[in-house]
Amino acid sequence: MPAVLEIEGLRKTYKSRRRGTRNALDGFDMRVDAGQVHGFLGPNGSGKTTTLRTLLGLIRPDGGRMALLGHEVPDALPLVAGQVGAIVESPQFFPHFTARDTLSLLAGAGEVPAIRVDEVLELVGLRDRSGERVKTYSLGMKQRLAVASALLKNPKLLILDEPANGLDPGGIREMRTLMRNLAESGMTVVLSSHILGEIQLICDSVTIISLGRRVAFGPVDEVLAQHSSGAVRVRLEAVSDLPAATEALTQAGIRVTGHPDHLMLAGVDKPASVTRLLAERNLYVSELAPIAVDLESVFLELTATAPVPGQHRQVDESMKVGGTGQPGTAGGGWGA
Amino acid sequence: MSLFRTELRRLTKRRFTRYMTLLGLLVLVAIVVGVFFTNQKIGADQLARAERQADQQYQEQVRWSEQERAACEQAKAAGTATDGRYPDDCSVISPPPREEIQAEWFLPSTFDFKKTFDETLIPFAAILALVGFVVGASFVGAEWSTGGMMNLLLWRPKRLTVLLTKLAALLTGMLAVTLPAAVVWFAGFWVVASFRGSTDKMTSGTWQSFVLTGVRGVVLVLVLTTIGFALASLGRHTAMALGGVVAVMVVGQFGLGILLAMASVRWAEAWLLPTYALAWMTKTVTLQDFQSCNATYYGSCEPATLDITWQQSSLIFSVGLVVILGAALWAMRRRDIS
Repeated sequence: MPAVLEIEGLRKTYKSRRRGTRNALDGFDMRVDAGQVHGFLGPNGSGKTTTLRTLLGLIRPDGGRMALLGHEVPDALPLVAGQVGAIVESPQFFPHFTARDTLSLLAGAGEVPAIRVDEVLELVGLRDRSGERVKTYSLGMKQRLAVASALLKNPKLLILDEPANGLDPGGIREMRTLMRNLAESGMTVVLSSHILGEIQLICDSVTIISLGRRVAFGPVDEVLAQHSSGAVRVRLEAVSDLPAATEALTQAGIRVTGHPDHLMLAGVDKPASVTRLLAERNLYVSELAPIAVDLESVFLELTATAPVPGQHRQVDESMKVGGTGQPGTAGGGWGA
Repeated sequence: MSLFRTELRRLTKRRFTRYMTLLGLLVLVAIVVGVFFTNQKIGADQLARAERQADQQYQEQVRWSEQERAACEQAKAAGTATDGRYPDDCSVISPPPREEIQAEWFLPSTFDFKKTFDETLIPFAAILALVGFVVGASFVGAEWSTGGMMNLLLWRPKRLTVLLTKLAALLTGMLAVTLPAAVVWFAGFWVVASFRGSTDKMTSGTWQSFVLTGVRGVVLVLVLTTIGFALASLGRHTAMALGGVVAVMVVGQFGLGILLAMASVRWAEAWLLPTYALAWMTKTVTLQDFQSCNATYYGSCEPATLDITWQQSSLIFSVGLVVILGAALWAMRRRDIS
């Protein structure tokens, strides 16, 4: 599948006399294939928005290579800009214009037919409120307008930074359906979001960034599988059998954590082996449930941003690939 | 071209642009109307009334001088001390000659198109330049501060093209207001002169001079509009331009003016920008140094003078424009947009 977005070794350093040097992007890699809905995840201050801004020509990189739709950017940005719709960070519009005026002016600047304005207003559910000034809009409505502005070009690549921010539950679901429909129509969508449940539901693949470096990437299932701990929850017909079961499983080399009414097993490759092992000892399993790891827990693990009781984590305190305590990354290298 | 048309649309859609332009035009209309109602046409009646008032004035002077002479002679005869109130020779107290009290002094104000119109072009240019400066600053400053510029650059990633197209649209808009306003200004004062003054002695040379002054006024409007735009773009906020101009005027002009006056610097006005703006409009501003005296043939003292010409003004404004606009373009090209 051809790559729609490629980033290799991207670097951006901010230098300040007072604050010193900070590497916002430290050799960041990313690849998004055509037709995918791709999640772009990272803690606050990890470099997500810097990456998107750099990709879109708003920030000048200090090193690395970027390509959009097969063209090297920023040099070829004027060539591909018409095929890339984007919103970066929170939606920002001139507050005294109406939504229709805002979109109409963008359409004029981009030589997009005026009819497209009505189409996108309908698509994002702002048709009946399009004559109102943007300053009267709620955050969710501004978000919808931002998505409408990105869709105005009917782009091949849609880049949305926190598109569900401020949306009500219905709006989030509508946005999810919209993303899926757009992807089915052949559009490639890159979503940056902190709502990891949504990302897991919508996205085909993800890239996770921490402190300016990629810490995981690939199809969502693979990333989850690679960070699955093989945990299994076991319940027995008789609670009184739990100590015997614990002993048997421990002897078989399985890590067991006891609970009043069940056992938690770790490092189990094949859950069926547990059933067999216990049955041989006349211990009968009433429930055997592999504990599925979710994207949130993988994210927290990879970025080391899980909350710790009694500690107040600072923005830049997260995981850097290659650093101490680095977890295994899901793949690596350009174009993998 | 589509970007240019879009930016022109954006400019005219902005309420600030509309209100400021309307305000500026209303002030101009108020000036024309004010001049209309404070001037009168001079006819036989006005001349006769002025003549009568001049006579009246002369008679008062005669009465007053006779009273004073009588008082002087009385004081001399009585030998009363006058503390220098009266001269030694009371006969020198005499009324002025009748011809010294001119009837012209008592004529009502009248608008002589040939003599006065070019002076009116100075407030015309100043008001529209102020409107242009503020509108220009707000046009790009609001775009920066509300994120509109970033949105636009996502559509048109050529930064310099975007900024220069915006500037071109702004200047086109200002021209579209200034040129018709100038025509109406000429026509308005022609009407004022026709009904409340005189349009006599107009020659093609006079017209040419007025048109050239008008053209210089339009150029001044465009230059200040561009400077407002460039300053706001440089600071990425309208306040940068407005703050900058307040700082320049308060600190750089009033403050500098006071400092130069305190230091008794020769040709202090030559350091102040309004002098050059005035010289640009009037072709020459002559500064006078009353501290130095050039004795005339008749023994009177004439102050030394220094001419500030419109060519010098054009040089200063050109350099300022190039530096500020150049800095704005450089910043647009080089600085990150975040």
